[in-house]
Amino acid sequence: MKKCRRCSKPATLHITEIHQGNAVAIHLCETCAREYLEDESGQPSPNPAADLAAKLEALVADDDEESVVRCSNCGISFTEFREQGRLGCPVCYDEFREDLMPLLENIHEESLHIGKRPLRSPTQTKDQSRLIQLRNQQREAVEKEDYEAAAKLRDRILEIEATLRPNSED
Amino acid sequence: MTPDGENSSFNLTDLVQRSGRWLCASGPESDIVISTRIRLARNVVGFPFMSRADDDTKKQLVDTLRSTIQATEIGRNYQFLNVEELNELDRQLLVERQLISRELAQSSGPRGVMIGNSEQTSIMLNEEDHVRMQILNSGLALEESWAEIDVLDNALEERISFAFDETLGYLTACPTNVGTGIRVSVMLHLPGLRITREIQKVHQAAQKINLAVRGLYGEGSQAMGDFYQISNQVTLGCTESELLDSLAEVVPNILGYERRVRDLLCRDNKSQLDDQISRAMGVLTSARSISSEETMHLLSSVRLGVNLGMVPDIDIATVNELFIQTQPSHLQKISGGPLKTPERNEARAAFLQQRLKK
Repeated sequence: MKKCRRCSKPATLHITEIHQGNAVAIHLCETCAREYLEDESGQPSPNPAADLAAKLEALVADDDEESVVRCSNCGISFTEFREQGRLGCPVCYDEFREDLMPLLENIHEESLHIGKRPLRSPTQTKDQSRLIQLRNQQREAVEKEDYEAAAKLRDRILEIEATLRPNSED
Repeated sequence: MTPDGENSSFNLTDLVQRSGRWLCASGPESDIVISTRIRLARNVVGFPFMSRADDDTKKQLVDTLRSTIQATEIGRNYQFLNVEELNELDRQLLVERQLISRELAQSSGPRGVMIGNSEQTSIMLNEEDHVRMQILNSGLALEESWAEIDVLDNALEERISFAFDETLGYLTACPTNVGTGIRVSVMLHLPGLRITREIQKVHQAAQKINLAVRGLYGEGSQAMGDFYQISNQVTLGCTESELLDSLAEVVPNILGYERRVRDLLCRDNKSQLDDQISRAMGVLTSARSISSEETMHLLSSVRLGVNLGMVPDIDIATVNELFIQTQPSHLQKISGGPLKTPERNEARAAFLQQRLKK
């Protein structure tokens, strides 16, 4: 028996929708099917067929996206990472940043490195662009009222600014 | 199969006849603190982590890292061992000496280790991360160990670009190591707290400030021989100094607990303690067959006795060495070849007698 694609209970409703020339089969349990066909407001939609089509499209797109999100550098997917607990390459941290951040905060209770930095001095240009990035992050943190993160970012900005001052050579 | 070629320069049979400098009990607080270990995890820019690296890539990494490290002033004297070519006994020997991890011993594909003078430092290549460098010092030596590994890290960084992110720090295969990539571990011998059933205090003290308590051989290993390893869990969002400080704060408290219960044991249960230690010596010096586990357990009592001045003519360094030399691979290496468990237990008993009897 097919399982509901939303909650994995046995599916009792099977819909085949022709959408943009493609047949899409969708299997849902009764509860999910009802939710699926209703508006967010809980009111039955005035145009259930159009609604269904739109939702199907979103569902299919979602599914595609999920199977396609892979690190452009090493090809590992986020699901594979979750299974093995190991990332595929350093670039993964950039590619999966959004998904990784909650995980890192969970493990370390922090999300900003403040320890040792490589001695090979990053060029000033790199620092300049880094400052722009940090200032954006600081603004976002303030907007989210995450003042602790904002304060850490401010400290980091002050640190970089200090190294960029012309008299900081000594 | 005995490895030849590149591994022949480093004689593993000679290795078992001596011990690493960290066992010599010369460091501060070495009656209780066996060793301080710091490791740094680093990865090379432009290479995938192990899970996505094929054997060609792994080999390229090992070759490049090896020659680059040996080309540095500090790495010139490091001996390279091709772990892939070593037999299982030799790999296990390196694990017992704490020169490589169980993971490096058991994984597959091109990998290696570079070992510094006196086995104080080692650099694992292609473990979970491309580079895992460690320093192992006798006693409680947090600052000194950090200073030394920092110098090694800087020397490597002059020639190797390590994967680093402005926000997340050093990038590691497992997100639990990202940031500083550091693990600081202090190995403690706490028989007093075990005897008085107060070992829970150690767990409580450590957990309060986010430190982990593990056994002799790290993650998942039992607290054999009353050894407990205290180490940091978090690597992101704090500086290396802050992590060292958290250990520097908690370890003296634990030493205080252990010394207090030792004093109490000597005051209130001296004859019982004396009996326990004498019996341990008795078994270790006269048994005809003895398991590794029993040996660890009894050596722990002897070690306590030596520290309390109740066992004459044996020094702490010897007892420290015996903990390592009576491990299965060391014993087989000393005996000259593979032995099954019963033969090993007999060889262990004979070895102990020879080392402990005057």
